Parts: sequence; C-alpha cells; structure tokens
Amino acid sequence: MRTSKCDIVIVGVGGQGVILISEIIGRAALRAGIPVRAAETHGMAQRGGSVINHTRLGCVYGPMVPEGGADILLALEPAEVLRYGRYLSRGGVALVNTKPVLPTTVTTGQFRYPDIEEILAPLRGVARVIAMNATEIAERAGNPQTTNIVMLGAMSRFMPIEEALILDALRDSVPGKYIDVNMRAFELGKAEVSG
Amino acid sequence: MREYLLGNVAIARGVLEAGAGLAAGYPGTPSSEIIDTLSGIASRYDIHVEWSVNEKAALEVAIGGSWAGTRSVATMKHVGLNVAADPFMTLAYLGVDAGLVIVSADDPYCHSSQNEQDTRRYAQFASVPCLDPADPQEARDMTIYAFDLSERFSVPVLLRPTTRVSHARSDVETGEIPEGRRRGRGFRKDPARRVSLPVNARVLHRALIDKQRDIERELESAPWNRLMLRGDVGVIASGIAGLYAEEALANLGADLSLLRIGTYPAPSRMIEEIVKNTSKVMVVEELEPVVEEMVEIVARRCNPELEILGKGSGDIPRAGELDLITVRNAIARMLGMSVTVPEDIPSTEIVPPRPPSLCPGCGHRAAYYAMRKAFGKDAIYTNDIGCYTIGISMGTVDTCLCMGASITIGSGIRFGGDERPICCCIGDSTFLHAGMTGLLNAAYNKSRMTVAILDNSTTAMTGHQPHPGTGVTATGEDTVRISMEGIAKALGAGHVECVDPYNLEESVDAFTRARDFPGLSVVISRAPCRILLRRKGEGFRRYRVTDECVGCRQCVEFNCPAIEFDERASINQLCTGCGVCAQICPKGAIEVVK
Repeated sequence: MRTSKCDIVIVGVGGQGVILISEIIGRAALRAGIPVRAAETHGMAQRGGSVINHTRLGCVYGPMVPEGGADILLALEPAEVLRYGRYLSRGGVALVNTKPVLPTTVTTGQFRYPDIEEILAPLRGVARVIAMNATEIAERAGNPQTTNIVMLGAMSRFMPIEEALILDALRDSVPGKYIDVNMRAFELGKAEVSG
Repeated sequence: MREYLLGNVAIARGVLEAGAGLAAGYPGTPSSEIIDTLSGIASRYDIHVEWSVNEKAALEVAIGGSWAGTRSVATMKHVGLNVAADPFMTLAYLGVDAGLVIVSADDPYCHSSQNEQDTRRYAQFASVPCLDPADPQEARDMTIYAFDLSERFSVPVLLRPTTRVSHARSDVETGEIPEGRRRGRGFRKDPARRVSLPVNARVLHRALIDKQRDIERELESAPWNRLMLRGDVGVIASGIAGLYAEEALANLGADLSLLRIGTYPAPSRMIEEIVKNTSKVMVVEELEPVVEEMVEIVARRCNPELEILGKGSGDIPRAGELDLITVRNAIARMLGMSVTVPEDIPSTEIVPPRPPSLCPGCGHRAAYYAMRKAFGKDAIYTNDIGCYTIGISMGTVDTCLCMGASITIGSGIRFGGDERPICCCIGDSTFLHAGMTGLLNAAYNKSRMTVAILDNSTTAMTGHQPHPGTGVTATGEDTVRISMEGIAKALGAGHVECVDPYNLEESVDAFTRARDFPGLSVVISRAPCRILLRRKGEGFRRYRVTDECVGCRQCVEFNCPAIEFDERASINQLCTGCGVCAQICPKGAIEVVK
C-alpha cells in the first residue's frame, strides 16, 4: 500500500537553498490541508558538503523518503543527482540543474568532474530526466540566487498542490523586495517543462 | 492553530505554551534551534533566555530557576549531557520546585557528532523519566506534558528528540501561549531537599526509588504508549522507530500486534500484555536495546517461550539510524515475505566525493597553513570540536575526542614522553566551554607546548551563536566582553600573543616564537567568521590569477574551494578575498581584482 501521496528528494550543495524549497512546499501543503513531513541537513555537512532534504506530501509517517521511493528527485547541482540517484523510483522524475559546483576534491585535481551526459545517462534508464541550466535562467530572471526557485517552478508541474498555493507560500517565504524576481524565476522554471 | 514547524521550533513552542520563564543551553547539533528560537522572542514573553558557557552551567542555571519557582528548561546535544552529568545525576535526589525539563538531542548515525550515545540510558542511570518523541507534534506535546510530570513527581524530566525529530518539519497543531508573569515566587529554604549532605542523600535516594513505580503508572496511561493486539506475531517499537514500523506494516499489508512506546520507564503492563498474547515479537528501536532488554525480562516471567527478534538476534542494527526500508525488510523477513532491494543506479562511482570543507577565506585555513609552516609535519596537532576539525585535510588534526580535550591530551602526550613539538588547536567557543580548565592544568603542571586559540568570534558550526568573547548575550544585549589574551595570561600561560592569520608572514613568525618558547605558549589567531561578516553585509575583495602563473600548484595546496586548477590556477566566484593565496604564490601571479 502507498503510504505517501508524493515523495520528493531535494539535493544540492550546502548554501544553495535546498531547505528553502522544502519550506515553501511545506507551507503550501499546509494551506492545502495536506499532511507533510520533511527531514533536513544541518550542522557539519552544511559547510560546502553535499546536502539532502526529504519532503513527503500526504504522509503521516516518518520524514525520510525510502531509497527507490522518490516520485521527484530535484538536484540543484548535477553531480548530486547521481550521488542520490538511488532514491529515484522507477517512473519518477529527475529535475536537474546542469550548472556544476566543483568540490575541493576536483579543484585540487584528485578527482575528475564527469560530463553532464555521463551523469544523466544512467538516470534515463529509471526515470524521466529534465535538465536545465537553472543558474543561467535565474540570472535571466534577475538574480542567480533564485536558482532554487527556478527549479521549484519546474517541479510545480509535478506536485499534487495547486500552483496558486505554492506561489502564496513563496511570497511568504522571501523578503518583500525579492518577491518579484522570485516570481519571475518561478515562471521561467515552469516554462522549461512542457505541460 | 496549525503551523509548519521544525521539530526544535515545536519544542520551543511547547516551552512557551507551558509558561516556562527560564531557558538555558549550550549550542550543539541537533539541539541549537530551541534556544535560537526562544532568544528571538524572549523580551516579548518575559522569559530569561541564555546561551550558557557550557551544558553544566546551563543545567545548573535551570535548576536554580526551578528552585526559584519558575518553570525552566535546559537544552543540549546528547554529548552535552556528559558535561552536565555531575549536576544531572544528583538532581533527581533533590528534586524540583517548578517544572524542570532537560532536552538532550540524540544523533544516531553521527550526522554532526562524535558518538551515538543513547540518552535513554542516562535516564535509567539517574532514575529520571524520559520522553521520546516520534515527530515534531509529539515533541511539542511532550514538552508541555513534561513540565506537568516534573512538578507532579518533583523530578526533572528528560526530553530526547533525535536528529530526525529535531530537524524534521511537519504540520503541528499548536495552542495558546499564556500571557503574563512567568517568574516564580522565589527560592524557599528547605535544607533536607536542597542540600545533598550524605545524611540527606541517603534518605532522598530511597524516596527516589520509591516513586519510580508511581511514575511508571502515570506514564503507562500517557497517549504516546499505544497497544493494538491483532494476532500472535507482534512488533514493539519506540520513538521514531514506531513511525517506521507503522508505515512498514501499512506497506506490507501486515496486520500484526503493535506496541508503540514513547515514555521511560517503559510501560511494563503493556509490554506484559503483548508478551503474553504473542509467540513472536520484533523489537524495533534506534541505538541501545533499552526496550528489548525489558521485553526479555518480562518474557522470562510471563512467556519464556516467546521468540524475541531485534538487536540480540541481529535483525535490527544497534549502530546508526533506522529507516523505513531497514525496518520493513526486518519485518518482512520475520513474516517470510520478500524483501525490497532498491535498484542499483549504474556509474555512481564517477561522482566525485564532496566532503564538508572550510569555507573560502576561512581564518582557520590560514592559521593551519602558517602553523604547519612553523611546526612542520612531524609536530603533534591535537584538535577539538568545531568547524576547524574539518581542517583535517591540512594535516593539522591528529586527535579529536570531546570538547576541550585538545589541551589536556596535548599535556598528556608531552608527559607521556613524546618530545616532538605539540600544538593544540581549539576554537574560541570551545575554549570558553571546556578549554580553560585544561589550560590552567597545563600551566600548573608545567606542560611545555603551544595552544592555538582559533578565534572566529562566534560559535560557527552550530549556527553562529554568541559567547562571552563576543560581548553580546543570546537575546542581543550588550554585556561584558571577556579577553582571550587576559584569560590565557590569568590561567598561567608564559607567552601569549594575538595574530591576524591573513598576514601570513606575521602568523608564521608568531607560531615560530610560540614553538620555541620554553614553556606553555598561547597564540590567539583571530579572524571573524566569513559567513557572519557576509550576513552583516560586508563586501569582500576578489582575487584573480594573472598570466604569470607557472602551474606550480603551491596555491592548490592551500585547499581553498575558490582555487581551481587545470594546468594553471584560477580563482572562482566563491573567493571572499582573504588574500592568503596571493602571499603563497612564489611568482606573484595572484592579484586583487580592481
């Protein structure tokens, strides 16, 4: 029996705004009257490390999405999508920002950063993969800091929550002077996914 | 009202709703956001909120608050309770006046900790009741209940959230926050119950033992213990494991008897009930087999034939955190059903590792670089708990045990007969927490070594909480700002100097002088945390690499995330302009972007 309506895993690098995406979804779910459970990464891993957030919509159990259970895997950084690819469910959706953030293991020459196609190919066998340079799109929206909101806009196509409620939650979650640029980022991200 | 709350914010909410008037804690993941939340609204609700210097201080302040008739809470991470263990172990003898709740947040899997100790064992050890929430809603509800329970039985009460509760978010039903005065009537003299002289302690210990049965009876009827008898195979699960078990049973479509436990001492009558009515049970709990041992004891008495699966049988791991798949597969195996193995995604080995790293421009990196130049790679570098432990890749972290141990272990290595240079590294907050006694001990016992206080003027790792070196309290009020130099001198260090780590030459010279000093020397390497500076709106210079670069990789050895290398060095947009790489470059090929 399914025990969650929609399981979402959001991954990225500490400081990219992974938690904010989950907060907005959670607030939107609250407005929709859907129970929501989420689990965050705080502390040591936040220092430039790899971070993972679990968000479960329509769920009253534990906060963590089981491996092989994510309906949506959203990655703010391309290498991270493959690192956490095991969370994807067969037939799920992977939404990927293609702009890399190089780890120190790469900048110091110990490891090679793989090509985008090398990263995405293994996932295509499992899920629908939607890739975009969300960082560039965010710059077009007016602020590269809104990369996470571009990805949220793209993800809104797949979530069981009305868009208007997500936008209300977005307005509540960012400072007043940044609302417009975030709205633009959301729209541009949404437009990347064919309805 | 329904709100979307972080577990720790839900606990803070419970503290407010319970009418508490005093909250004290020391930061530690995953507990920090409780005080962080309360400090922001302290003045609105007439509540004293403080970041204490360490957990022992926090608990003792909370004890005083309770004895003054004010509901009080002390917060810490699990290992913080070790620091507070001295007051904690005797506190239950003496008891409380107004309700006293101790939040000790456990960290199964060591997400951000040095061990996986289980606070429920401490509760047993001290004969203190313990509440084990499964989610943020229970965390809020239990917090309120804990204050009542504490007052009813005159004992402190432990609340033990884990990382997946403290750092979970969910929709939480909240209640009213009472307005008005939160402080109590004042301290009432009662030596028989406030002075732990042997003559009193003997009596109080017996009284504490006597009330355990009544506490257990009371807890047995608490809503967080739930028994459903459905057939002769059962699952007993505690805390968050109860949610994993419920979901696993729903997933599997298995209708088993289920006992969920949320309080300790564990509900022995319910355990007896499920033990008598089943032939096989699986006990599912994170970390220590606290419930499992109790089930074994009860079964010996009332159903010796019972087959008990759990940690003893190897079906449930004793280390690390549990999750749905682990629990579901354990139950499926017990029932002879097929287990779920998640699909393997090919090629994941091409993903480069991304360990946490010191931030671009972090003063700790600069200090380590200079220290290593002065002390060399054969010196012994004892280290401590904080962001700076991440510097392990710089070759300057040889030990890390617990708060403050860098200095004392360094002394021990010297007196144990090792004659190599020793440099002990400790952060500012950690030094004030547990390093001062170590420094005093080193001075008193004539330890010949160097202590480096890596002072970034905040408690960075846990979210930038203030401490006595910052001159600001938890609630943002100005207060006395203590001097690290003054303390080091007062504690007996023979040579003390303060240096700016971004000036590489001066920094290397300072560490060299400290190394050569024939006694106990202290170097305070001071550079405020870059994250904090950025939040305050400070703009940073940027650096770039010119055509003079010959690809010698000396700057790459500095290990900064802003320096990339592909035949030649380049500096990316992460640069916060500390300028140390420009001082390292032998060709002068790194310059400020004008």
